[in-house]
This record gives sequence, structure tokens and C-alpha cells, in this order.
Amino acid sequence: MIELKNKNFIKIILLKVPLILLFVSVLNDYDFNHLNLKYFSFNFSYILIFYYSLKKSESLGYIYIFIAGLFNDVVIGTPVGLSSLIYLILCVAASYLRNITLRPSLLKDCIFFLLTILIINSLLFLSLKFIFNYELNYFDQIINIIFTFLFYFLFSNLFDFFESYFVRSNNAR
Amino acid sequence: MEPSRDDFVIALRSAFLKKGTQQRFSLLSLIFFSIIFLILGSFNFKIINYVKIGITEIVYRSSFIVSVPENLLKDSYITIQNHNKLYKENEKIKSELEILKAKDLLNEFTILENQRLKKIVDDYLVKSDTIIAKVLSDKGSPFLRSIIINKGSKQKINLGMAVMDGAYIVGKVVEVNYLSSRVLLLSDLNSKIPVIIEPNAVFSILSGTGKDYGVIQYSKKYEDIKNESVIYTSGAGSLFKAGIPIGRMNINNLNDEKKVEFFSDFSQLKFVKVVSFKKSENK
Repeated sequence: MIELKNKNFIKIILLKVPLILLFVSVLNDYDFNHLNLKYFSFNFSYILIFYYSLKKSESLGYIYIFIAGLFNDVVIGTPVGLSSLIYLILCVAASYLRNITLRPSLLKDCIFFLLTILIINSLLFLSLKFIFNYELNYFDQIINIIFTFLFYFLFSNLFDFFESYFVRSNNAR
Repeated sequence: MEPSRDDFVIALRSAFLKKGTQQRFSLLSLIFFSIIFLILGSFNFKIINYVKIGITEIVYRSSFIVSVPENLLKDSYITIQNHNKLYKENEKIKSELEILKAKDLLNEFTILENQRLKKIVDDYLVKSDTIIAKVLSDKGSPFLRSIIINKGSKQKINLGMAVMDGAYIVGKVVEVNYLSSRVLLLSDLNSKIPVIIEPNAVFSILSGTGKDYGVIQYSKKYEDIKNESVIYTSGAGSLFKAGIPIGRMNINNLNDEKKVEFFSDFSQLKFVKVVSFKKSENK
């Protein structure tokens, strides 16, 4: 009986891992600033939201993504609602790609992801710079986009591995 | 062409409107909510402000807890790095200490003399109220540089108060909540403070760059600014007390931008002093 309860608990935790990762990533940016790397930053939340909206949309509820966006705005000090909007546009793009895709491939996903983050970062940059009068560095944004795109390959494989070896195998048991 | 356009519309409409399994809201309704938040927030709508304050208090505290594992890793990494440098640094510091001891005596004499002279010319002395605060979170975006501290309006923190790391200034308070506040660091792109560059007493403005250094802007006397010159607050605009050390000039080439290396390492802030300066009457 206890063993059954433990298994259920582990199963629930494993299913909630993407959600936990999302909230940890917005509350604690994975920016590796302690390494003092000058031209390095990437947005882990974008990768996580896009991947799970595309592959397992039931793992991350849209309402949680919306709340994570609000949290992110408070943490980084941008106008409340902006990150939510950006995250949700990312979800729309992922959902659209899911609807039109017959044979999924990582390369197509990556190219679509690149296009999407280019659009949403442009939107973010334009709105912060021209509507909310924030000063931003264009070069930093480009660096962030490039690394986010490159890291999609890595994290996509890691998430695939996690889903197939941990979540599914646990479900099968 | 007609069917493919139909496919596009159907896929897009489905993306916006279809609620997936276990989704309570459609994406369109949530996007609509976000836009409402943004618009009402920009007009300082009361309800949105209350929501923001509520989220702020929750997020700042949880951000501190969530940051614990990463901070632990960061601290270990820094400790290991510091251990490697320890021996060389110790030798260097020993020799520097001897020089500084001598300078300190001289400095003490200068301070006392300065106070005496100020009394003679009837200038005012500055007294300060200090509040020690813990840094809850230093997680800005890659583009914005700010920290969150664990003192707010309850501890009488006000907007514009100076924030110091030891004897060095690091920023000013830009947002005050009940139990926490946001400090805009001098390295942020939006930070601009009046400074004086010694030894030639050049008045200028120090701007943040979004990196770990600042730049000197809006000065006509660029030729008077030498490498290794020290930057202090000028006290202009009554923003900060005059004479708080900020950093040192780092100019390799005359045509380069006038870089300022801060004395304080903003990525290593654990505790800071929040200070308000008041004019005290001469006795």
C-alpha cells in the first residue's frame, strides 16, 4: 500500500517537473552570471514553454504560463503583463506548428522556434523601448536570441530523454 | 490556393481558440487578459497596482528561496577561485597594508582638519541614517541591472535613498514595497548620476552600460580625465552626499569611451546599507 502511494507521488512529481522548472526559471534566471561570461545569455523559459506547448501541451497549462509571465515581469522589473503576453504568443506559435505538422522533425521545430523568438523579441524590444521608455541594448538581445536558439537543440533532446525514460517508463509501471 | 489558405486559417483559429486537454482558458482569452493588464498598468489603475504589490511580495520572497541552490553553487565556485588566488594576494596585500597604514594616519588628520575648516567657513555637515538590508535577489534580466532588498516602507525606506556596499555607492532605491524594495544599480543602462572626477575636479554624469562598468558622459573637459582617476559623487542635485567613492577610470586609448570600473562588485552583493543623507546644523 505504502509502495503504491510512493509510486503515485513520484508519478505526480515527474508530471509536474516542467511546471516546477518553469517557475524556478522565472524566479531564478539561469543566466550563469557567476561565470562572468561577457557575451552569453539565453532564455530558458522560452525553450521550455515552446517545447512543452509543442510536444506535450497538457504538461504546462496556459494559465500557469500566464502566471509565470506575471512573476517574470515582477522579477526583472518590466511592465506587468508583458512577459505573459510574450509567453502566450510563443504558445500560439507552438500550437499552430503542432496543428500544421504531419511529420515532426527537430530541424523544422528549431527553425520555427528561431522565427518565433525573433518576432517576440522584436515585439518585446519595440514595446519596452518605444512604449515604456526602457533603454535596452540591441546587441545583448541578438546574443540572447542566438544562444536561446542554439540551446533549443540541447534542451529539446534532454526533454525528449526525460519524457521517454522517466515519465513514460514510470507511467508504464 | 484556396484550400491551403483555409488550412492556415483553421490551424491558426484552432491555435488561438481551442482549449487543450486540462486547459481551462483558451490562449486568446489569456492574451486578452495580458493586454488588459498592460494597458491598465500603464494608466496606474488601482486594482492592477494592488495585484502587482501582492505578486511582488510573494515573488521576491520565493525568488530568494528558489535562488538558494544556485547561490550555493555560485558561492562554492567563487570560494574555489578565491582559494587559488589566496597566496599571491596575501603577499600583495601585506605590502599594500604597510603603505595604507601610513596613508590612513594622514587621512585621519585630513578629515579632522576638513571638519575644523568647514566649521570656520560655516558650511553644513552631513549626517546619515543607515539601514542594513539583505539582498534577496540579484536576478535581473540580461538587459536590466537591479537588486531586491528585504527592507521596505515598513522600515522607512524611501524612493531615491542611496544604497552602499561598505564605503562605496552601488545604486539608489527606485521601487518601495511594504517589506521589500528594488535598487537600480549604477551599471544599469537607465542609471545616470552626477559625479566629480578627481584629481582635476571634472564634473560629469556617470551612466550605466548594462555591463559591469559605467561610462562618463556629457563632459566638456574630456582631456582633463586621466586614466586611474577616481570618481566620487558630486552631490549635485542633492541626490547623494558629495564625495562617496564610486570607481576608477580605465582609459586605454584617448578616443575610447571613458570607462569607469566600479569599486564594488555588483554580482557579489549580500548585504547593503540604505542611507539617507540629511543636513545637520553646525554647533
